[in-house]
Amino acid sequence: MPSLIDIRRRIRSVKNTQQITRAMKMVASARLRRAQDRVINARPYARMASELLADVVAAAGPELVEQLPLLDVREERRIQLVLITADRGLAGAFNTNLIKAAQQFLAEHTDQEVELELVGRKGRDFFVKRPVRISGETTGISQSPSQADAERLARKLIGRFTAGEVDSVYLIYNEFKSVLSQKVTLKKILPIAMPGGATGREYIFEQPPMQMLEKLLPEFIALQVLEAFLESAAAEQAARMTAMDSATTNAGEMIEKLTLYMNRVRQASITREIIEVVSGASALE
Amino acid sequence: MAATLRLEVATPERLLLRENVRQAQVPAANGYLGILPDHAPLLAELGVGVLIYELENGQKKWMSIIGGYVEAGPDRIRVLANRAENADEIDVARAQAALKRANERIMNPAPDVDVARALNALRRAQARLEAAAHK
Repeated sequence: MPSLIDIRRRIRSVKNTQQITRAMKMVASARLRRAQDRVINARPYARMASELLADVVAAAGPELVEQLPLLDVREERRIQLVLITADRGLAGAFNTNLIKAAQQFLAEHTDQEVELELVGRKGRDFFVKRPVRISGETTGISQSPSQADAERLARKLIGRFTAGEVDSVYLIYNEFKSVLSQKVTLKKILPIAMPGGATGREYIFEQPPMQMLEKLLPEFIALQVLEAFLESAAAEQAARMTAMDSATTNAGEMIEKLTLYMNRVRQASITREIIEVVSGASALE
Repeated sequence: MAATLRLEVATPERLLLRENVRQAQVPAANGYLGILPDHAPLLAELGVGVLIYELENGQKKWMSIIGGYVEAGPDRIRVLANRAENADEIDVARAQAALKRANERIMNPAPDVDVARALNALRRAQARLEAAAHK
């Protein structure tokens, strides 16, 4: 039977852990609010941009548009997979699910050549040691990704696609569904699938529509990368918050159990002592 | 005839403005466009410059705009800017430093300096300073 001191020490250690998880939960929930705001703030532009894009495409004439390099559908022999993980762990299954999904993608595409572009330390640490092709890595942006980060990555992806180094580009990231759920999402961003929903208005164009598209399409890619970054940042904080919340609850349960056990041990030793005293006394009679 | 226009300005990161305005002057790529209510539908690329809009109470406001697109219709203007800042949130010291740096690069171009890039930086800094001067 463990001694009282051992149990007490154990309880103290669990209490310390609980304090840490509770603090982490609060930090995560504060950051979540900020990350969520950024996701919401980014929505109006995304909505307007896809409407604008649809209008410009309609005006340029879909047949012409299909000849643009970013819409070039080729046989998928070389695939670029962009894996967006977090820089930090302690977020439940957040990173594990992403890595699993990426591995599954690799397993499904053994006939093709898949190259990984890794964003976030967790994904990098996992794949760096494994026999996969890696085109590059970015770390240190998962917490507060900026527009400039997204543009930099988008430029690289577009460069590789137009140079013919890869035939398609996919993103894998966690989408922020709600505070309690994140969904691993696989999204193809290149070649671009044209959005529908043109308003059908007859616009006066200051620049020829085709010329506008040449600038608009790369920006559209950057926008999608930014969206994925922002979603992932919010999902990360949400996952951490839930993970730390359940860790705090579990620690509480453990403390309760240990306290009960400790009391039982103490009671037992008191009882034993009383029996000893009583039987000692009766032996003297 | 509509008396006002709904002006919306958004960047990829946030929505900056949603306001009814009497008129707006937009820095299009080929020069400034003045837009009044009942404008014909128009799509244009934006350049670098300042967006000036007049609120319903007659107050004029400035904003710096760097690249993007504008869509104007009879009752609305949508500005999709790559970067944009309200006049009161511009970092003047930073813009001045950028202006000075760009000026030096253009005046004494070192062999490895990209002059076109420096010119762009100069225009961005000028736009920000111009907007910031009208808080």
